[in-house]
Amino acid sequence: MNDSLKNKSLIKCSDVNVYYADQQALFNINLDIKEKEVTSLIGPSGCGKSTFLRCINRMNDVIDICKVEGSIKIDNQNIYDPEVDVVELRSRIGMVFQKPNPFPKSVYDNVAYGPKLHGRILHQSDLDSKVQESLERAGLWAEVKDRLQEPGTSLSGGQQQRLCIARAIAIDPSVILMDEPCSALDPIATAKIEELIDELKSKYTITIVTHSMQQAARVSQRTAFFHLGKLIEVGDTEKIFRSPEHEQTEAYVTGRYG
Amino acid sequence: MIAASGLLSFKLGKRRARSQLENNEPLRSMPIYHGLYVSLWTILPPIFLLILFLIFKNNILDYLITPFISASTITMGLDEVIYVKNSLMNNISNLNNLIDSDFLSKEMAYSLYGKYSLGRLVIFGSLVILSIIFSFLTFKKLSVRFDARRRVESIFKFIFFLFSTMAVLTTVGIILSLIFETIRFFSHVGFFEFIFGTHWSPQTSIREDQVGSSGSFGAIPLFTGTLLITAVAMSIAAPLGLYSAIFLSQYAKPRTRDWLKPILEILAGIPTVVYGFFAALTVGPFVRSCGEYLGLTVATESALAAGAVMGVMIIPYVSSLSDDVMSAVPVSLRDGSLALGATKAETVKKVIFPAALPGIVSALLLAISRAIGETMIVVMAAGLAANLTANPLSAVTTVTVQIVTLLVGDQEFDSAKTLAAFALGLMLFAITLVLNIFAMIIVRRYRERYE
Repeated sequence: MNDSLKNKSLIKCSDVNVYYADQQALFNINLDIKEKEVTSLIGPSGCGKSTFLRCINRMNDVIDICKVEGSIKIDNQNIYDPEVDVVELRSRIGMVFQKPNPFPKSVYDNVAYGPKLHGRILHQSDLDSKVQESLERAGLWAEVKDRLQEPGTSLSGGQQQRLCIARAIAIDPSVILMDEPCSALDPIATAKIEELIDELKSKYTITIVTHSMQQAARVSQRTAFFHLGKLIEVGDTEKIFRSPEHEQTEAYVTGRYG
Repeated sequence: MIAASGLLSFKLGKRRARSQLENNEPLRSMPIYHGLYVSLWTILPPIFLLILFLIFKNNILDYLITPFISASTITMGLDEVIYVKNSLMNNISNLNNLIDSDFLSKEMAYSLYGKYSLGRLVIFGSLVILSIIFSFLTFKKLSVRFDARRRVESIFKFIFFLFSTMAVLTTVGIILSLIFETIRFFSHVGFFEFIFGTHWSPQTSIREDQVGSSGSFGAIPLFTGTLLITAVAMSIAAPLGLYSAIFLSQYAKPRTRDWLKPILEILAGIPTVVYGFFAALTVGPFVRSCGEYLGLTVATESALAAGAVMGVMIIPYVSSLSDDVMSAVPVSLRDGSLALGATKAETVKKVIFPAALPGIVSALLLAISRAIGETMIVVMAAGLAANLTANPLSAVTTVTVQIVTLLVGDQEFDSAKTLAAFALGLMLFAITLVLNIFAMIIVRRYRERYE
């Protein structure tokens, strides 16, 4: 595989198998995710890309019947080690969901939720600047600076999703996981989020699940193609879209399949 | 018989529609609707007439009997006339009883019974004739172009409307009867004396000159008693119910939840009488012995015992409803919080509980109105003494208990004592109504927020 060499791998997944009760959802996934890059996971519905994404911050633990095997190392620490504190792990990884899910609290409290939780910020003024910084980085500050006390749910869909991104970066994560962040948004809001992702990659390692091939091509440096629970191919985005090695990948990215 | 005629007309209507179907253009409605249409018009008018007769039955009987009374008896007081009338009305359907009743001579009894039988025959005949007329008229209307389906639909609409108003009318009837009796009560006892009086002893005596013949009807001790017991009950039901709801909705595995929730709900299905003797025989003495051990004086029948048992009874109201609203909080919110590195407890406290709060509040309000209306436990375990006290260790009484004791006696029905029960009932109804309305408003707001 002809990976780009400029960044080192931050997340190393080896032989990841996932089962839902008796059904195996992922088969021997070996995938490295590089630092400060955008990696997109593409593939038809039900191929396991979201499941894989949720393995990285152990959100699959929430589902009772879900069982994960193999190892996922972040900074050379296997996050499935029994000693690993899931809560601490998740505080290092931000996640943005398919549907905007702001808490039924004010805009300010939505962003301040994480920092307050982890007690990393002690003074009110520090918290204020943290909220402002996160909202600025999410490209939302200009729009909401006068409505910080309004409920987060009163914002538009695109604004809500950027609020969720601000909420995620407020905890200073090293990794941000995005699960189809634009699927509930209109094209203009989508364009804004994509722009944002492009800016964020200078600071964060981003993994994004998307159904839109154009989006994967636009925002990501590396692309992984999943099919039926298997990782078919991974490589530089350009290569995956121009000259994929596997026939299935080619069929999918050119729209002849899936 | 009505059913038979309905069935017959249904068949006839259907057959007529069928016969036209064969030699003519297609029917606008299916034959079954033609049948239904005729049959409904055959059945419904006589039924309405019958109901009308039943409602005015007494007036008709009164009209029949009155001439006989004025003819037979010499001079009677009004009470006696009513008494004779009633006994005649009760016996009118049986000739022998009528003869034996001593109020009428044999000939008059025969004559009255004859008129009664004739009246019955007339009513019955008019029902049959009405039925035949209507079925004939509607049968005539049937034709290929006849839109029986839409007409049947509107008849059904009317019937369903009628049934839905039944419940409303019943409620209105109950409230009206409460209001009228309450007004009568306030002609005996002053309104403010009732609302603000602090002394309750509804002992009206039989003779005017007896001691304490007036009785006193201050409702305050009853309402404080109700309040006290409700407060004790809620201080048990609210935490227990809420924590079990949190466990059920957030921590329990689906399989645990599947058996735990029904078991909790069984608590609501235990008859209150059973709770009552549990409170009176087990909890009451236990509370007292505990109190004595601590050097407190506790009445055997205490607000604490009754309230505690009532609290246990209403746990499922709190837990089941709160569990439902907390489970209804979108999973995406829970996941969002967990993904930010919150623990489950933090997520419950900071996201799920606030989001579900309106629903939880309304669950609590419903539980409170259930506790206020509860009677049996309190009758058995809290005593009858109308003490104005905030001490949960003493015996108190509640509004519901007093209503029961007021009406259980053998007093005449228009004394201030029995009428007081209606006034108490009306106040109780008003309080629970207000609570329920509050609960409804809160629930509605909650729904709007999540749509």
